[in-house]
Amino acid sequence: MESQTTYNYKVVRQFAIMTVVWGIVGMLVGVIVAAQLAFPDFALWDGISFLSYGRLRPLHTNAVIFAFGGSALFATSYYVVQRTSQARLFGGPLAAFTFWGWMLVIVLAAVTLPLGITSGKEYAELEWPIDLLIAVVWVSYAIVFFGTVATRKVKHIYVANWFFGAFILTIAVLHIVNSAFIPVSLTKGYSFYPGAIDAMVQWWYGHNAVGFFLTTAFLGMMYYFVPKQAGRPVYSYRLSVVHFWALISTYMWAGPHHLHYTALPDWAQSVGMVFSLILLAPSWGGMINGIMTLSGAWHKLRTDPVLKFLIVSLSFYGMSTFEGPMMSIKTVNALSHYTDWTVGHVHSGALGWVAMVSIGSLYYLIPRLFGRVQMFSMALVELHFWIATIGVVLYIAAMWIAGVMQGLMWRAVNADGTLTYSFIESVERTYPFYYVRLLGGAMFLTGMLLMAYNVWKTVGAGRTADADDAIPAPAAH
Amino acid sequence: MDINDIRAWQTAILLISFVGIIFWAYSKRRKSSFDEAANLPFADEERHQATIKKENLS
Repeated sequence: MESQTTYNYKVVRQFAIMTVVWGIVGMLVGVIVAAQLAFPDFALWDGISFLSYGRLRPLHTNAVIFAFGGSALFATSYYVVQRTSQARLFGGPLAAFTFWGWMLVIVLAAVTLPLGITSGKEYAELEWPIDLLIAVVWVSYAIVFFGTVATRKVKHIYVANWFFGAFILTIAVLHIVNSAFIPVSLTKGYSFYPGAIDAMVQWWYGHNAVGFFLTTAFLGMMYYFVPKQAGRPVYSYRLSVVHFWALISTYMWAGPHHLHYTALPDWAQSVGMVFSLILLAPSWGGMINGIMTLSGAWHKLRTDPVLKFLIVSLSFYGMSTFEGPMMSIKTVNALSHYTDWTVGHVHSGALGWVAMVSIGSLYYLIPRLFGRVQMFSMALVELHFWIATIGVVLYIAAMWIAGVMQGLMWRAVNADGTLTYSFIESVERTYPFYYVRLLGGAMFLTGMLLMAYNVWKTVGAGRTADADDAIPAPAAH
Repeated sequence: MDINDIRAWQTAILLISFVGIIFWAYSKRRKSSFDEAANLPFADEERHQATIKKENLS
């Protein structure tokens, strides 16, 4: 039913289903590139340019971050902002435009990246015409989101919407500044910024993509779905306010830690390191706030696999936000940089935190969008939880060991000052860990396939007309 | 004014703002409105149930 008495669930349904689809696509490409590193001579991809690692790797990162993560954020932010504002999405057809526009961006990325059309900026590889489309879709997203907040029927703006709002605003600024290209043809543009300044702008963008896209926004998700699934309000609303302001004002300055020991001025590197260390405090404040929401209801963790996803995601969040500041310390970074430790750290955050909090939220969301009380099979949700958790642990443990080993081998010198190992020796020693990583990643993908089946059955058994999408009548005074 | 004076002032202002936010967030006066805000994820359901009940009665 399309009227002012119901929430706009249609766009939420579209994004929620596409989250699962893009999750499978993005993680499948991830498993393929992991297999390429483990078996580089395998005939299937040997010598085929558009299946080469260098082209598929950005496809993997873009697909999981912007297609899977982005769809999850659109779905949950549209749902949360409507229900906590008690107002229908603002802007009418603009919400549908953000859906089809975002899908077009993803399809264009899936075509251009394997063709080798890339700007070469990590996590911002798409060429300038696609960047323009992203900017238009993103501004529309901001209008829909902030319009809904502005037309809310309640007094307060719920804390989750603060986090979502900061994410939308910051990503707009980051994307527009970092995508300043001088176009030379339809498929090629060159960065507006020179040399080390370009590097600094890129990692100001890159780290805040992590900080605001993959952290702040998913914390918004956490501040709604953890209380809902636990059946109690957040542990401390006061802490959530301090958490918000501390996190968003600190993240902005941490980017230079990606450029330790480079041409970037030394003082800028130190600023990045210090702010990264400070970040531990707000990060853990948020994690504690989420986990403590369960205080007095811990028994629910034993029986509720959806809550397990949410709480374990917070544990991974705590782990990777401890690991991150540690790796930003220059002396630690001297060991970890350019090794697979970084890859392990990223996946501890991306699989353990981002994917698991999204999966948990979707298991809450999808039955409600289709008029069901819960998922088709809670046993499958439980199985998904264990497969995913063991998969992440295998993945990150393998990459930690591989990374430290590589770092130690690269820096080892003989008494006469020559290098003890050639680079290829460190590659050779890494193979066993690449096999374990492939297994962990394949397990995580298997979990997503279980989820797809479960969602298929839930949607099939449900009716959208049964969904509780009525906006409450204004309270009588 | 030297640029380093501005930098020093900026540090001081940021610290004062941070401490200010903490005092504001933890002040007794904010308690009731924060409690209200913290219950927003549940408010729409409660009121929705109330709406259904009212409709059934009339």
